[in-house]
Amino acid sequence: MSTMTQRARAPSFMEKVIAATPGGDPRLELCLQCGTCGGSCPSGAEMDHTPRQLFAMIEAGYQDDVLRSNSFWYCVSCYYCMTRCPQDIHITDIMYTLKRSAIQAGLYRESSAADAPDFSETFIDYVERYGRSFELGLATRYHIRHHPLNVVKMATSFGLNMFRKGRLNLTPIRIKRIDQLQAILDRAKEIDRRGDA
Amino acid sequence: MKPKYSYYPGCSLERNAQAYNQSAVAVAERLGFELDEIDDWNCCGAVEYIALEMLPSYALVARNLVLAANQSGNGCQVVAPCSACYLNLRKAVRYMRDDPKLAEGVNMALAAGGLEYKQDSVKVRHLLDVVVNDVGHEQIADMVTKPLYGLKIAPYYGCLLARPEWYGRNDDPEYPTSMDKLMQILGAEVVEFQAR
Repeated sequence: MSTMTQRARAPSFMEKVIAATPGGDPRLELCLQCGTCGGSCPSGAEMDHTPRQLFAMIEAGYQDDVLRSNSFWYCVSCYYCMTRCPQDIHITDIMYTLKRSAIQAGLYRESSAADAPDFSETFIDYVERYGRSFELGLATRYHIRHHPLNVVKMATSFGLNMFRKGRLNLTPIRIKRIDQLQAILDRAKEIDRRGDA
Repeated sequence: MKPKYSYYPGCSLERNAQAYNQSAVAVAERLGFELDEIDDWNCCGAVEYIALEMLPSYALVARNLVLAANQSGNGCQVVAPCSACYLNLRKAVRYMRDDPKLAEGVNMALAAGGLEYKQDSVKVRHLLDVVVNDVGHEQIADMVTKPLYGLKIAPYYGCLLARPEWYGRNDDPEYPTSMDKLMQILGAEVVEFQAR
């Protein structure tokens, strides 16, 4: 008589993506590779891999290749894919999960969209400090770092006009209870990190 | 008693698109409903926060939902004129309803700020939806004083207003038309236009 030892298996890449996607079951495992998502995607032509291809790669466990892809950085959140998917897969939410995973793994640096996270990070830095977004700060800080000539172009074209029409804040607006917001966000980050352990 | 809605202008309407903010408030006044701005609302995170963090991005939105419910009462309707804010607000409501683990995590985070989100405490509406469905075409038609004769309009809805197709959606996700009828009632000529 032999006894089979039950070994716990580490979650597959697809299982990890599913678990990290909020909002109920994202149904990724139900993908039947119909290609409706890739065909609907307005950014599909710019992507290394269409959504459909990406899901095939996820299913096949090509974790690093997926996270190195520029695909999800080109997602514009149009939700055409998610509206049309015959299996009701939460495609857009999966794209967000892949963005977060690519940043965590550092693999976004090897994609052709390596400066994309910095835009989000700069945006959020202002939100976390003041409670509101700060366009002037975002535009200048991001572009100075990645496309410095753009700053001059923007400032001398629409930047000046916007300022003249009262459409540009020169300083950030701070909410009254920024302390409350920061406490909430810090606790949320702590909970998220604990979940990843 | 004038119908009163909780109002979430969002960061863009605050300054960059303040013309939209001012006209929304003025139009609401004229159409007979009140927009009660949520005191001390914060940014909804646009499509940026969700790219970096999961739970914080939902907690960021949820703070606004709780502030709205606390200010305007349980079951209040939050009106967002900005389509991105509208999507983030209603997505947070829907996902916290569909994903108890998310709701639990969000509430644990909100507790650090002394807040609590209760299911069904808030309903999220887009300004267009309120104008077209709560006020209604007939009432608006009666109130037109300066018709938009001679103006050719191509109504652009945008992805985040039309999709995803969830509750609270009153229009087709692929080919919305509620703004078309509204423009026609105002006297404008609506041109045929595919990329909605």
